[in-house]
Amino acid sequence: MPPPSFDATEHGPDTGQIGAKTEANQIRSRRMSVLAKAQPDRLEALWQKFDAHPKWQPLKATETGMVMVRGRLGGTGDAFNLGETTVTRAAVRLEDGRVGLSYVAGRDHQHAETAAVLDALLQGQDDECDLERAIIRPIETEAQDSKAKRARKTAATKVDFFTVVREREA
Amino acid sequence: MYVAVKGGETAIENAEKLLAEERRGNPDVPEISLEQISEQLSLSVDRVMAEGSLHDRKLASLAIKQARGDLVEAIFLLRAYRTTLPRFGASEPLDTAQMAIQRRVSATFKDLPGGQILGPSFDYTHRLLDFDLAENGAMPEPAPEADTPVDATMPRVADLLGEEGLIEREIPNDQDAGEPLDLTRDAARFPLDRATRMQGLARGDEGFLLSLGYSTQRGYGRNHPFAGEIRLGEASVEFIPEELGFAIEIADITVTECQMVNRFQGSDEIPAQFTRGYGLVFGHNERKAMSAALVDRALRAEELGEATDAPAQDQEFVLSHADNVEASGFVQHLKLPHYVDFQSELITVRALRAEALDKQAAE
Repeated sequence: MPPPSFDATEHGPDTGQIGAKTEANQIRSRRMSVLAKAQPDRLEALWQKFDAHPKWQPLKATETGMVMVRGRLGGTGDAFNLGETTVTRAAVRLEDGRVGLSYVAGRDHQHAETAAVLDALLQGQDDECDLERAIIRPIETEAQDSKAKRARKTAATKVDFFTVVREREA
Repeated sequence: MYVAVKGGETAIENAEKLLAEERRGNPDVPEISLEQISEQLSLSVDRVMAEGSLHDRKLASLAIKQARGDLVEAIFLLRAYRTTLPRFGASEPLDTAQMAIQRRVSATFKDLPGGQILGPSFDYTHRLLDFDLAENGAMPEPAPEADTPVDATMPRVADLLGEEGLIEREIPNDQDAGEPLDLTRDAARFPLDRATRMQGLARGDEGFLLSLGYSTQRGYGRNHPFAGEIRLGEASVEFIPEELGFAIEIADITVTECQMVNRFQGSDEIPAQFTRGYGLVFGHNERKAMSAALVDRALRAEELGEATDAPAQDQEFVLSHADNVEASGFVQHLKLPHYVDFQSELITVRALRAEALDKQAAE
C-alpha cells in the first residue's frame, strides 16, 4: 500500500524545500527522532504537564504498518532485507491549520498522535521555545544519560590484557 | 462409497477450551505477564522477532504466551500477524559501525581499537545451575560502571584487515540493481544473489542454520573460518518518509552481527586472501549470527570457484528448507485427514498382495 501523498509541511512555517538538507529540516528531523524514540508514558506525562493543548484533527487516520529494516552485506556492501518492524504513522492538522507528522516504532497510536501534534507545534520554533525545553530536551537528556550509563557498564567488561603485544605494530 | 465430510465442531470447540486451560496451568500460580516475558525471557523474544521477521517486543511476547513457550509456534503467530499490516517502506541500511556497542569480541586480534568488550554473555559463566535463581525475590548486585563509557564507535575488524588489502572488499554493487529482492513478496527463483540469500538466513530457523554451519566445520564444505568479530549493540533505524524526503530515526533496535574471516587459497583471478561470511540478526543471538555467517560463506563456494558438493553449499537446498514456518507446516500437514488418499493406498496394497498370492499359488 503506497503511503498517502500529502505535504506535511505545506501549511507549516517555511521549512524550505522538501527533502533538502536545510537547517530547518535537520532541526525537525532531530525532534521527530527524539519523539519517536521516547518512552510513550514519559512523553505523555511531560505533555500532560504542558498547559496549551491545541485542538487537532487527524489529517489521515492513524495507522500501524511496517518498515522493512535493511542491513548491508559485511556491514558495507549491498543492502539486504533484514526483517520488518512495526511502525505507527500519525498525521494531524491543528485548528490553526498547522500540520504535523510522526512515524513511531511500535503500535501505540497515542504515542504517534502526541508526537505528530508536537511536530506541528514545534515547526519554526527555535531551540529555546517552551516545548523544546519542557519536552524535547528532557527526553533527549534522559535517553543520553541512560545510554551513557549502559556504555559505562559495558566499558567495565572491557578486557585488560596483562601482556600487550600489538600485532599490527609487530 | 460415502465419507463423512462434516463433523467434529463440538470436539474442536472443546479442544480449544482444554488448550486454554492447559495454557493457563495451575490457577494457584500467578499468571505470567507480557512485561515479564519481554524482560525476563528476552532471548526467546529476540528469537521470535528474528525468525518471525517482525521487530515488536510486545507482539513477540504475546505470541510466546499464546504458544505456551513453543517458539516455532510463536514465530508462526507473528508471521501470520505481519501479513495483516501494510508496509510504509524500507529503512536506510543500518550502520552497524555506528551501533552503541554492548559486546564486541574478536577471535583474530587480541588487541584492537576499542578493545575486547565482553558484555552480557553466558560465555564466561560456569554454566552450572544456579539454585539462587530458584528463590524469587533477590535482586542481582548492580553491575559496576567504568569511569569512561565504551568508545562511541568502533572500527569493524574486517575493515582493519581491509586497510592492508588482505581481505576482499565489501562494497555495494547495487547502484544498477535497484531494490534488493524481497523473499516475502517475490517468489524465490534460484539462483538467488547473496543479498536475497541473506534475508533467507536472517529469518531462517536457528537450529537448521546451526547444524548446517556445524556441518561445514566438520568437513562438509570446509571453509577455514575465524570469528573475525562478533558485535552486539543498538543500531538506529533511519527512515525517509515520502511526505518529508529527509531521514528521521524511528527506533533503536538491538542486533547481533558476525563477521567470519575465511582463508582463501586464491584462484586464477584472485590472489590468496581472506574472504568473508556475514550474519546479522535481530536481538541478541550470537549462535544464530555465527551460523548464518558460516552458511553465507559456504553458499559463496560457487562464486569463489570452490567445489560445491556439500549440503551447506547448495543454495536451493539451504534456502528451501531454512524456513521453519514452511517446514513445520508441511511436516505437520500430515496430521490432517488423508482418509481418501489412504483408502486408495489400501486398495492398491490389497490388490498387489492378492496378485502376489495368486502368482505364488500358480507356481
